[in-house]
Amino acid sequence: MDNHSLLSETFFADDDRVDGLAKVTGKATFSAEFKPAGLTHAVFVCSTIAKGAIRHLNIYEAKNAPGVIDIIYHLNCPDVPGFKPVDRTTNPNARSFTGLKVFYNNMVVSNGQPIALVVADTYERAVYAASLVKVEYIKENAETDFEKNKFNDKLLKPRPDYVRNQKDAWATAEVKLEEEYTMPIETHNPMEMHATIAVWEGGKLTVYDKSQGPKNVQGELSRLFAIDEKNVQVITEYVGGAFGSGLRSWPHVHAAVIAAKKLNRPVKVTLNREQMFTMVGYRPQCWQKIGIGASKDGKLNGIAHHAVSNTSAYEDFTEGISSVSQYLYDCPNVFTTYKILPLDVNTPTWMRGPGPASGCFALESALDELSYKLNIDPIELRLINNAEVHPQSKLPWTTKFLKECYALGKEKIGWHKRPTTPGTLKEDGMLVGYGMAVGVFGAGRSAATAKGILKNDGSLLLQSAVSDMGPGTSTAMVKIGSEQMGLEENKVRFELGDTDFPTGPTQGGSGSATAVGSAVIAVCDAIKLSLKEMAIETVAAFKNFKPDDIKYENGKLVAANNSASIHFIDLLKEAGKPELQVSKSSSGFAQRDKYATNSFSVHFVKLHVHPVTGVIKLKHMVSAADAGKIISEKTARSQMVGGAVGGIGMAMTEETIIDHRYGRYINSNFVDYHVPVHADVPPMDIVFPNQPDYIISPTGAKGIGEIALVGVAPAILNAVYNATGKRVRDLPVTPDKLL
Amino acid sequence: MINFEYIRTSSAKAAVDAKTKNKAAQFIAGGTNLVDLMKKGVTAPQRLIDINALPLKEITTDAKGVSIGALVPNSVAAENKLVIEKHPLLSMALNAGASAQLRNMATVGGNIMQRTRCPYFYDITMPCNKRQPQSGCGAMEGYNRMHAIFGASDKCIAVHPSDMCVALAALNATVIVNTTKGEKKIPFADFHRLPGDTPELDNNLAAGELITSVHIPANRFNKNYYLKVRDRLSYAFALVSVAVALEVKDGIIKSASIAMGGVAHKPWRLTEVEKYLIGKSITANVFKEAAEIALTGAKTYQHNAYKIKLGKSAIVEALTKATV
Repeated sequence: MDNHSLLSETFFADDDRVDGLAKVTGKATFSAEFKPAGLTHAVFVCSTIAKGAIRHLNIYEAKNAPGVIDIIYHLNCPDVPGFKPVDRTTNPNARSFTGLKVFYNNMVVSNGQPIALVVADTYERAVYAASLVKVEYIKENAETDFEKNKFNDKLLKPRPDYVRNQKDAWATAEVKLEEEYTMPIETHNPMEMHATIAVWEGGKLTVYDKSQGPKNVQGELSRLFAIDEKNVQVITEYVGGAFGSGLRSWPHVHAAVIAAKKLNRPVKVTLNREQMFTMVGYRPQCWQKIGIGASKDGKLNGIAHHAVSNTSAYEDFTEGISSVSQYLYDCPNVFTTYKILPLDVNTPTWMRGPGPASGCFALESALDELSYKLNIDPIELRLINNAEVHPQSKLPWTTKFLKECYALGKEKIGWHKRPTTPGTLKEDGMLVGYGMAVGVFGAGRSAATAKGILKNDGSLLLQSAVSDMGPGTSTAMVKIGSEQMGLEENKVRFELGDTDFPTGPTQGGSGSATAVGSAVIAVCDAIKLSLKEMAIETVAAFKNFKPDDIKYENGKLVAANNSASIHFIDLLKEAGKPELQVSKSSSGFAQRDKYATNSFSVHFVKLHVHPVTGVIKLKHMVSAADAGKIISEKTARSQMVGGAVGGIGMAMTEETIIDHRYGRYINSNFVDYHVPVHADVPPMDIVFPNQPDYIISPTGAKGIGEIALVGVAPAILNAVYNATGKRVRDLPVTPDKLL
Repeated sequence: MINFEYIRTSSAKAAVDAKTKNKAAQFIAGGTNLVDLMKKGVTAPQRLIDINALPLKEITTDAKGVSIGALVPNSVAAENKLVIEKHPLLSMALNAGASAQLRNMATVGGNIMQRTRCPYFYDITMPCNKRQPQSGCGAMEGYNRMHAIFGASDKCIAVHPSDMCVALAALNATVIVNTTKGEKKIPFADFHRLPGDTPELDNNLAAGELITSVHIPANRFNKNYYLKVRDRLSYAFALVSVAVALEVKDGIIKSASIAMGGVAHKPWRLTEVEKYLIGKSITANVFKEAAEIALTGAKTYQHNAYKIKLGKSAIVEALTKATV
């Protein structure tokens, strides 16, 4: 590891977020803030039962309230072509719509479901009128209780089992354990609430939407409303966090489009915090059981990992929770199962680190438990079982610097101070605990297209129809463009969030840097080639050279033997061209048959537990991430810190609670749903081996978003055990669980 | 939003007159609780009487004690030199409440008047006897992890959410109230009510009455501590809290005043514990015994049984911290 570098000062002197100033000065325009002429304001009426039908919806009083323009509900809602069931006999490739069909019929499938949309001239008047809509229901018994039904085979839908050699070999091991791990629903709760403005002009639809994938929204709206994609423009310039809630277009997006079309006026739908719990997904509740066994010297012999998580009654959502046990460690016998439990609730969706975040909570807790039984240091146990090749496919990883992460993090946290016997170390009257756990997520590269416009003022404008929900995609793309073209960063701009730009992927699964970055590199390569050809064509001194004989160096084209050189600014001027435009695509990763691809992280925690009240105070956290090359150190670090804070929430505070008598969330607000506050967050160190992975993509990156969170919660729980000797297997670990 | 009238008043008398005339009117000061309740549809006053211009922002002291005007922001009271010097317990409790932003807006009078944070009270689709008498109690058979273990009734098991009030109860404060007939003094212990058959009534303030100040009598408590146990380290309501004020001389407790928060519909004074502690020396066993006495008679529900153990631990810890 000769070229690894840990100190932030060694990366970039000036590493600020390119959109930071706009965001902190209020100049950034978020989806709800656009003001097209004639804008109307719409507010949902939501169901107050979890299952049944609407018998009668009385809109009389609401309709006559001041400022009300229209009230849209199932009886007067225009047809949405894409909501109709698809006839596969005539159209075998048609995709049927699986989500909630807003205002489609009188069925109620979850509490908080949007059942009517009140459109008024102001938001306040719409809110008031919505409160006047009276609904009579035909109520049916709803089942929302995960605990009660998690083993109910009549309801459970099994996914395929996975078996490597023997199913239950762990049970015959010298040292073994079998434990259950549970976690509640977690709700994304980004700062910015979802909002959509829809504008129909002629046959053209413009949508301002908070989304992680403008192209995805464009495609879905095109299918649902049966209009050509080219007539749908989706704008998502700024996103104030999403964590997965923006991966789909939800009912409020469709409702805005329906209303704008019906009224032939722009309509804005904004969700309130309560509706953020009932309409835009969440991390499902989950139960897991792990059986794990090893020889006395710590070599794993078997893992059996079973998981159940909830979905809605109308849609299957799966996230492969137990799959992580198939490949994280070298283990000869592995058995995993996964079942989903449909409940009368809204559909869950991907939330930061989907699958492995829940799976690693169980696996990494179980491994910690095993380490105490074996009396082997938890890091040592993981090193003994380190997978040198992917245990399932036997393929080598493109790169894997997990061992380096252990070493870097261990040093930073002061692992040598960890008590080997739990509950024995005290500091200022507090119990002290150290814990660690591993995080993992898939890495890869999806296809993307970008456009580059090199101008004769020396600037480069890059464009792609992607979104930046906060990781710093724009900043990273500017850095890549700047490095590729040898330009100062302030000469490079990256524009995104508009479907009129070339196609880019949805931001999710830690894939933006590799996908969009590769497209940007392809664009820069193509620009350089065009410049060389232009030089040969227009500049006499280059006439006898071939493109291969010309080098591009810091904005200059230099012919072999340094016989001629010209800056691209002069070249463009000489050629009489104000700018050079190039669009280029980069393909998806095509070597899955040769390599396994993952990012890895190791999280370390030092904490205090109050011996009398059970209150936990985190003292220090260290996250080490094998994320490939770090393109933008400051935003990479911020992304890691943000993920760790999400992990603190998962471990210690976040829990969405349903009152099953009503099938209704009862803490759908920021007072009762606890996201961590500053006081909960300790000093953090982020360390990167910073080893480029050029097999996955020419950017060298592997992705950060998910591994920043995956593994944080078990690291905290493992530290709690180290401090107290109490093993909490039910998240979140609130003070009452440590009494 | 439901339309309402908004008026500003500049004297306590004008405010009281305005409220007396209109039963559906409410005073507004910081609005940190009232505005939420209006947005959620829990309350819909026809008229808001803004009292922010009233001259109730002084903190004064004399031989009898400290007076804090009803409109003093929580953050100002918490940082006031007189308060810190004479009643450190109050400062500690104020700083344990809410967040910095809320403490800047919220007033002392408003803090006393704040309503329960029971989720069934806040969700107008749920039953709640406090919000809508006779509709039932959602929490009793529902999610009641945050709920009362003392003084509840079969109508309501909500708790009072304030930290400040727990300290004021322990400090034997008096609430000074303006009425149409002049000034009235209500001892803090008599200000808030237990739910009984009328959980819709949080306190004994009559319609039209306005809190103008709080008086805290001079005391000899030389050992004070406010302990709050909560789910996150800031901006969370208490699972349980304990306010301890002791007069200790030569290692012997001469007088004691202790109250708990997060356990009842009002700040819960531990009078039996206080009696027990007088004359005792400061030992771990005495504190343990005090904790046992404190939690005697607690009644728990499905999700809040932990409050008995946590309550005992918190009392031991608060007494220990106070006497360190």
